[in-house]
Amino acid sequence: MQHLLSAGDLSLEEAVLILDTAAELAAVTDRSVKKLPTLRGRTVVNLFFEDSTRTRISFELAAKRLSADVINFAAKGSSVSKGESLKDTALTLEAMGADAVVIRHGASGAPHRLATSGWIGAPVINAGDGTHEHPTQALLDAYTLRRHLRGGAGDLAGVRVAIVGDILHSRVARSNVLLLQTLGADVTLVAPPTLMPFGVESWPCRISYDIDEVLPDVDAVMMLRVQAERMQAAYFPSALEYSRRYGLDVARMAALPSDAIVLHPGPMNRGMEISADVADSPRSVMVEQVANGVSVRMAVLYLLLGGMKEESA
Amino acid sequence: MTIVLRGARPYGEEPRDIVVADGVIVDLATPGTAEGEVVDADGLIAVPGFVDLHTHLREPGREDAETVLTGSQAAALGGYTCVHAMANTSPVADTAGVVEQVWRLGQEAGLVDVRPVGAVTVGLAGERMAELGAMADSAAGVRVFSDDGKCVHDAVLMRRALEYVKAFDGVVAQHAQEPRLTENAQMNEGELSGRLGLAGWPAVAEEAIIARDVLLAQHVGSRLHVCHLSTAGSVEVVRWAKSRGVDVTAEVTPHHLVLTEELVASYDPLYKVNPPLRTAEDVEALREALADGTIDIVATDHAPHPHEDKDCEWAAAAMGMLGLETALGVLMETMVLPGRLTWRQLADRMSSAPAQIGRVRTQGHELVPGAVANITVIDPEATSVVDPMRLASKSRNSPYAGRTLPGRVVHTLYAGTPTVLDGALA
Repeated sequence: MQHLLSAGDLSLEEAVLILDTAAELAAVTDRSVKKLPTLRGRTVVNLFFEDSTRTRISFELAAKRLSADVINFAAKGSSVSKGESLKDTALTLEAMGADAVVIRHGASGAPHRLATSGWIGAPVINAGDGTHEHPTQALLDAYTLRRHLRGGAGDLAGVRVAIVGDILHSRVARSNVLLLQTLGADVTLVAPPTLMPFGVESWPCRISYDIDEVLPDVDAVMMLRVQAERMQAAYFPSALEYSRRYGLDVARMAALPSDAIVLHPGPMNRGMEISADVADSPRSVMVEQVANGVSVRMAVLYLLLGGMKEESA
Repeated sequence: MTIVLRGARPYGEEPRDIVVADGVIVDLATPGTAEGEVVDADGLIAVPGFVDLHTHLREPGREDAETVLTGSQAAALGGYTCVHAMANTSPVADTAGVVEQVWRLGQEAGLVDVRPVGAVTVGLAGERMAELGAMADSAAGVRVFSDDGKCVHDAVLMRRALEYVKAFDGVVAQHAQEPRLTENAQMNEGELSGRLGLAGWPAVAEEAIIARDVLLAQHVGSRLHVCHLSTAGSVEVVRWAKSRGVDVTAEVTPHHLVLTEELVASYDPLYKVNPPLRTAEDVEALREALADGTIDIVATDHAPHPHEDKDCEWAAAAMGMLGLETALGVLMETMVLPGRLTWRQLADRMSSAPAQIGRVRTQGHELVPGAVANITVIDPEATSVVDPMRLASKSRNSPYAGRTLPGRVVHTLYAGTPTVLDGALA
């Protein structure tokens, strides 16, 4: 594994290794000194072309806990709006000696381009690209699912997961479908037909337009953010109708099996895809997802930067 | 001066000495007998010079990407003797002044017949008709009108344009793209676009406009030309229209005959083009349609872009690819060598039919005595590896970089004068 561009690039062994490594590193978080010397002297660049407070902070914290130097490079919109190009930014980072680049970009495929164009030699980690992928989000979701439903070890064979919401525009959904499939889970996508990607029938998962039919038979439900602006583009008639047909409220939550959990990648639209009561209920693991995100990103940085090799040497 | 193309095989048939004097073919003599300035063409294939109905020369406005001169050089090297320069320049070719400027630049370059295409609407804005008559009456003698790059999507405006150009035997060349269905579209809509997270450009957005336009053309009794067909469904619509007697012609680009959407998975913007690369099924339907005549012509949609407009992320990149210098190779690979087009049919699709659609009377003549000597001489046995750095075009955005293509343009004669000899500009 040279880069982390797509959740689909991970083999079962690699995925489990990342999750296992994350579990070991999570123990560090419980200590009073939350720091390992592993990446001392290494420089991790957070290259964010889109606003994202939580993902950027999570990567920053992960790198710092491994003692790496962190540079936050916010270049919002600069490329597409004909400011400094992605290429020139990359060449600059290369010249400055970046050891890893974490990139968030509004254009699908931008991390892939960064990794394969020859502009930069450092490992590239996709922190979300357009409507394509967000592999570390999928890893932290898998980590959370494994902790709750599989005792924190092994794969996710047979775990039933529903992903509900704006699948069409969701990089979280794409990465989750790929990773959960690799880990052996059964995934059902739930959305109005307008918010399903074209050709979704051929994805390795089930699809449904009816959340109520799906909820009684899942171990976890992942609610995706639905932007109210989507209704301007006629994806659905109104926020209210969306919420009525696809929102997770207390009544729907009651249809879940008793030990099922509720995930959300954040940021939430309380009252839209998820009611406040559900978001704050004991079944909701959203706060834990945030904590797990740091551990998983530590694991990815650690493995990509060869931390493991150095330690064993 | 008399030029003798010694031992050339017209349309791949029996060798002749093609004798050219004063810009005209004067004789097809027994090989080795004609006298004059001899150009060796022994065993090579001679066809009428190619005519491109769809070329972006970028001048005026984007001389960093291409000029009329560099585009003419690329055209001559590709075996072309005539190109139609698309109207989406800056300023837009929507007045007699701009089309005359482009036409004059073509005359000055003197390598191919540069025929400006006039915009259908002012500024390509799709709101009101440009002065089509003034462009037709200008020195440029415009006969082909197109808002290429944009679709004339307003049905009334399209109807009026189809009707209006009848007065001077013009034709509207439609870029068929329903705009609302293709907002921000990045690639063919299908399973792959869903996976790659790129906004889809559905086939129906092309097919629906073509269906509307063939019905409009029939209703008002006009002729219609459809640019760059890219889907199997579009082929079906055109086939149906022709069977009903609609006066419609259609073109296909070389790249839509050989490249498919799988290339987009690299996110390399070299493969970003409009209409987008489609599926293998579409490619096969296009080849079949070109063979059976449903698609009348090959047009390159040669679209130069400066390096920086392709050396970036997919969404930010410009759409389009070079085509003039690789068209013959692609057509040989996909159509001639597999036996789907004879050389005579290739000459029809790349020379006489486009000349006829564009009403270019001096082009596309059969290779017979009396014809204007626009002649392309091809070595069918040669192959070459495409090296974008060695193309004459000012830009390098060829999707065939590193690819081996069959055939080689050896000589090109434009109105009796060699523009290319031995594969190099004369």
